[in-house]
Amino acid sequence: MKILVGYKRVVDYNVRIQVKPDSSGVVTEGVKLSPNPFDEIALEEALRLREKGIASEVVVATIAPADAQAHLRNGLAMGANRAIHVVTDEVVQPLTAARILLKLIEKEQPGLVLLGKQAIDDDANQTGQMLAALWDRPQATFASEIVVDGQVARVTREVDAGLETIEIDLPAVVTTDLRLNEPRFIKLPDIMKAKSKPLETIALADLGVEAAAGLTASHYAAPAKRSKGVMVKDVAELVAALKAKGLV
Amino acid sequence: MSKILIVAEHLNGQLNASTAKCVTAAGKLSPEAIDILVLAADAAGIAAQAAQIAGVSRVLTVERAENAQSLSAVLAPQVAKAAAGYSHVFGPSTTFGKDLMPRVAALLGVPQVSDLMEVVDAQTFKRPVYAGNAIVTVSAPAGAIVATVRTASFPAAAEGGGASVEALSLDVALPTHTRFVELKAGKSDRPDLQTASRVVSGGRALGSADSFRIIYSLADKLGAGVGASRAAVDAGYVPNDMQVGQTGKIIAPELYIAIGISGAIQHLTGIKDAGTIVAINKDAEAPIFEIADFGLVGDLFTLVPELEAALG
Repeated sequence: MKILVGYKRVVDYNVRIQVKPDSSGVVTEGVKLSPNPFDEIALEEALRLREKGIASEVVVATIAPADAQAHLRNGLAMGANRAIHVVTDEVVQPLTAARILLKLIEKEQPGLVLLGKQAIDDDANQTGQMLAALWDRPQATFASEIVVDGQVARVTREVDAGLETIEIDLPAVVTTDLRLNEPRFIKLPDIMKAKSKPLETIALADLGVEAAAGLTASHYAAPAKRSKGVMVKDVAELVAALKAKGLV
Repeated sequence: MSKILIVAEHLNGQLNASTAKCVTAAGKLSPEAIDILVLAADAAGIAAQAAQIAGVSRVLTVERAENAQSLSAVLAPQVAKAAAGYSHVFGPSTTFGKDLMPRVAALLGVPQVSDLMEVVDAQTFKRPVYAGNAIVTVSAPAGAIVATVRTASFPAAAEGGGASVEALSLDVALPTHTRFVELKAGKSDRPDLQTASRVVSGGRALGSADSFRIIYSLADKLGAGVGASRAAVDAGYVPNDMQVGQTGKIIAPELYIAIGISGAIQHLTGIKDAGTIVAINKDAEAPIFEIADFGLVGDLFTLVPELEAALG
């Protein structure tokens, strides 16, 4: 079985996000970019399924500008067999991303598609579900455990009410939550090896995907700040303060 | 004029409070109609609860055996079909709505507004990006507008409505490729974390699952729900469904008491809509004190029992 992994490049989670003075977006020039953490979890899970002998090949794919080659080499160094780079300078929204991934599915015929549950830039949490809908296949979002048994996968999902387990026929789309696994660290020899692994580039225009009408972002702002309150010296003062506000 | 369809969230015959919050968000558009769609195996009890929500015009029920569990692959084609004639389709930004609504949007061929936190006009909304570190104003293109509503941003609509309940029959073939196996619920007699008006949360400083007793004890004294930081969950002190934060539950109680929680950005994102935040931590420099209304520095193992006793 082949596994296709979505592997997006995003602003690193440690970067302090700043809104541009003209409100047109957030500052991305000169900031550190990294793989989306949920996508690293997806890739790690794919590699583990290959190590268990369930998957035979792991393909990482990204939709990004031409300078994202190093990003994909990172995925190859982690252990993917091959990479596909859909090249575009446009910012691609989830519905269009799903259409692009569907094209890659038609080309690659994977048995399983693993994506992060959301990317930590737009926090949309949509692409996996949209892809499953367009593909007319099962989806299992927020996965914290995946057990593949032949043509069926049992997926435990982190839902508000607790842990839900569903059974899905393959092929299917699974999106990963934080507790699914802990991604491995990349070792130096693997970075060297990754340089010779196949990396296919496809111009988005050559893929024959119609871009979906998307949302238009008109204004970015910093969130309203909570102001710092007061420090109380002991429990008695705290209880008095809460009583004064009618909270206890 | 807008006509809004809201997909009801329910479990074990009980309507989730997130549905009434979606009604509040929908009301901000001053729509012509707000209808609620109940997809269930047995819809009558849930529909009766939905009909009570003020501002709702009609409650539409679709009763099918396949709707016994909330499987998005099964529900989405029904919602997409029922959406005909509506300008907007809303669901809550809970794991239920996050799973379902993008599938609906894709079937309708439209984008989705995730985590709608403010209505600007019928086409224009505000939503958080970058873990809430920026708020973007977005406009939807022509066509149906599908959105998930950030429940912490809207209070539940009041009761006292009297909507009519109508059975809807949808001619939709449903897939069998997705099957429910089980739900292991975090059983608790305490108020639900997501809807509790008071919440007490513990962090890594508790040091063990056993020490969490003092958190539960204080919560019970206050009639509060119990939460935890991601660090406490990752350390195995409490189950994951208790996690408060960007990657866990985003909550807005009237009173939030953070105990032994340093206040990582991702935790603060989950509580910033709380009414009053109290922080107890031994480190006076902890970031949680930057946003707390009342801060108390000291040893939680002394202060928490003391606080419980002081509450009488």
